[in-house]
Amino acid sequence: MRFTRQSNSFAIILSYMMLPLKENDRPIVKKLLEAGCCARCVLRFCCLEVQSAYRKSYEDISRELCDFIRDAENKVAQVAGVPEQLTEDPPSKKIKLDTAKIDDQSEDESVLVPTVTDQGNAEPMDSDVCVVCLGVLQDFCDEAHATKISGVVKAENYQFDTMVLSVSLPAQLSVREHSCWLHIKKEVREKSMCLDKDDVIPVKEAFKWIMQGLVSKQLGGIPVVTKISRQTEQFEVGVGFTHPETDSDCHFLAGICPDCFRPTKNKQNVFTRMAVVKAIEKVSDEKFVKKFPCPPPRPASKCIAQDVQCLHVSVFVAGRYNKFSRTLPQTPWVIDGERRMESSVEELIAAPLLSSFRAEGFNFSSSGREDVDVRTLGNGRPFAVELQNPHRARFNKAEVRQLQEAINQSSDKIRVRDLQIVSRDAMGHMKEGEEDKTKSYSALIWTHKDISKDDLMFLEETKELKLAQKTPLRVLHRRPLAVRERVIHTMSTRFLDAHHFHLALRTQAGTYIKEFVHGDFGRTKPNLCDLLKTETDILELDVESVDVDWPPPIPE
Amino acid sequence: MEDLEHIKAPSVIDRYYTRWYKTDIKGKKGEDQCVLQHSNRICVITLAESHPILQNGNKIKSVNYQISAGCSRLQNKVSGKSKRGGQFLTEFAPLCRITCTDDVEYTIYSCIRGRLLEVNEGILERPELLLEKPSTEGYIAVILPKIEESKTVTNGLLSREEYENVLSNRTGGSAEPEPC
Repeated sequence: MRFTRQSNSFAIILSYMMLPLKENDRPIVKKLLEAGCCARCVLRFCCLEVQSAYRKSYEDISRELCDFIRDAENKVAQVAGVPEQLTEDPPSKKIKLDTAKIDDQSEDESVLVPTVTDQGNAEPMDSDVCVVCLGVLQDFCDEAHATKISGVVKAENYQFDTMVLSVSLPAQLSVREHSCWLHIKKEVREKSMCLDKDDVIPVKEAFKWIMQGLVSKQLGGIPVVTKISRQTEQFEVGVGFTHPETDSDCHFLAGICPDCFRPTKNKQNVFTRMAVVKAIEKVSDEKFVKKFPCPPPRPASKCIAQDVQCLHVSVFVAGRYNKFSRTLPQTPWVIDGERRMESSVEELIAAPLLSSFRAEGFNFSSSGREDVDVRTLGNGRPFAVELQNPHRARFNKAEVRQLQEAINQSSDKIRVRDLQIVSRDAMGHMKEGEEDKTKSYSALIWTHKDISKDDLMFLEETKELKLAQKTPLRVLHRRPLAVRERVIHTMSTRFLDAHHFHLALRTQAGTYIKEFVHGDFGRTKPNLCDLLKTETDILELDVESVDVDWPPPIPE
Repeated sequence: MEDLEHIKAPSVIDRYYTRWYKTDIKGKKGEDQCVLQHSNRICVITLAESHPILQNGNKIKSVNYQISAGCSRLQNKVSGKSKRGGQFLTEFAPLCRITCTDDVEYTIYSCIRGRLLEVNEGILERPELLLEKPSTEGYIAVILPKIEESKTVTNGLLSREEYENVLSNRTGGSAEPEPC
C-alpha cells in the first residue's frame, strides 16, 4: 500500500515537471514528430542529457511534447494577433500523442501527429512504431521488460554483486539514426553551432538510463551498471533486438562502400553493426540522402526482443597434478570419433570444479603434457582450468581446499595439490617455463646385449649432452618437421639385471625421452643405442619433476 | 634364435607400426619393400628383409636420391604443421637408386601415395646401415598419406602374413624348374 502511494505521488510530481526543453528545440521536436520519431528519440535528438526525462513514462513524455509544441503554436497565434483561436480551440492536456489529431487543414506542415502518416489513406493500417529506434525506446523500456530481464537472471541463480546490462541493436538502427540526423541537422545547428551528431544521445544510452534502475530495483538493489572494464564488472546480461522487416536498410551501403562489407569465413552476415557504422562514416551526406530516404521510412512492426543472455566472466583455477596411471591420457583420446580410453586427467580434475562453480564449460591447459603411458610423480605438473560462465565464482580458501579434497577423493589415478583461484593473466606463468626449464625423468630401460654395472658407469659422467632431435615420427603428423637441439644435463643409473636398468635424467624441457632411448629410426642423435652400442628400448617412463615455480605452493 | 633367450616386450615397431609389404615390384623378382605405417598415418619406407640387396653378403657402393636429371629427393623441403612443399608421390615414384659393389642397380619405390616428408640422409654417408639395420636406421624415406586416403593407402599391399606366404611359396617354387 505504502509503495503504491509513493509511486503515485511520484508520478504526480513528474507529470507536473516540464521537460527541460528550450525554445530553439521546438523546430526540432516538431519536425521529428512529423517524421514519425517516438517521444524518447525526440529527446535524444534534442541532445537532452537529463536522464530523469527519459525515465518518465512514455505516455507522459508524449503528452508533454505535445503540450510543448502546442504552446508554441499558441504563442505564434498570439503573435499573429488571432487571440480568438486560443479560446476556440484550447489545448487539452489529456490528449495523448498517439491519438492526437489536430483539425487544422490550413497548416499542412504542422500536423502534430507523430504516429500517423501523412499519406495515411492509401495504407490499411498505420503503425506507431518509431522510425528510428524501431520501438526499442517505446515498447521495451518499461517495468514489464525489466521484469522479463530480471526474471531470467533470477532463474539462472547467479552469484554476483554488480551486473552489467548490455544492449545489442540491429545494424540498420545506425542507418536510420543517420538518416534522421541528416533530416534535422539544419535545425540542430540553428539551435547551437557546437552541436554535432556525437551530441545526440545514443539509443543504447537512453535504454540503459531507463532500464538499469528498473532492473536493479527488481534484483533487490544490486547495482546495474555500464561496462567499463572486465576487471571490475564480472557479470553481464545482454538483451538483443532484431527487426527483420528493415534488415535490407543496410544493403545500399554495400554498393557505395564495398570495402566495408568483405565476406569472411566466420561471418554469416556482412552487415555487422561495426561495418555499417564504418561505412556511414565514409559516405558523404549527399550520397546518403540520394540512396536512403530522409527521414527514414515508417516500419510496420516493432523490434523482436531476443532471449536474455547471461554471462559471468571465466574463473581460473590452478594447481599441480600427479598422474599415477599408465592407462590414463591427459585429455580425452578420440580417434575417428571413437573414444580410446575411459577417462582423462582433465576430466577427473574438471568434473568436480564444473559442478561446484556451476560452470557451462571448461578449458584445461598445463605446463607440457605426458603420454598416456607415462606417470607424473613428485611435485606434479602445473595446470590451470578456465571455468566458463560460472554461476558461482566466489570460494574462500577453506572451500577451495574442500574442492581439492573432492577431486582427490574422486579417483586414485590422480592427485591434485596447491589448488587456488588465479587471474587470467597469471596463467601466462605456466607457459613461460615450457622451453627453458628443467625436467626430471626416470625410465626403465631394456638392452639387447648383456650389460654389467660397469657398462653404465660412463653415463653418470656424461654431462650436458647435446642432442639433435628431429621431430619424432610419433608427433610428426601434427608438428612441423625440424631438427631441435636439446640438452641432457645429467644421467644416473640403477642396474637391475643383464638386460634392464633404471635411468634417471635431468633434461632441458622439450626433450623427447622415448626417442632419446630407442633412437626413432636414428632420427635422434646421439641416442642411448649409440651410447651403449646396443639396441635399447624404453619400457616405462615417469616424470619426476616439472621445474616451473607456478602456481605458488599452498601450505597444507 | 638367440633373441628368444631374453623375450622382450614388443619392439618400437611392433608397438606403434603396422608392417605392409610389396613384393616383386615392377615384376622384378625378389625386389620386395616394406611400409611401416604408424597409427598416426605416417609411413616409413624400408627394404624388406628378402630384398636382393640384403642377400648373399652384398655390399653397397652408393645410394643416389637424384632420381632424374631434374629431380632429386634431397631437395624435398616441407614447412609448417601441414608440411607444405613436400613432393607428392604415387606408388611407382622412385625414391632412390642403390648400387651394389657388383654394379647391379636397384630402384626403391614409394609403394604408397603421399607427401614426401624426408629421406634418410644417414645412408648416404653410411650405406652399411641399410644392411645392418634395414628396418630402423637404414630406412629410406618418410611419407605422409593424405588424411582421406590414410585408410585405403595400403590396400594394394600385403600383410605380414601374406608376405610370409609369398616367401615360403617362393622358396618352394624355386625348387621346381620354372615353366618357360
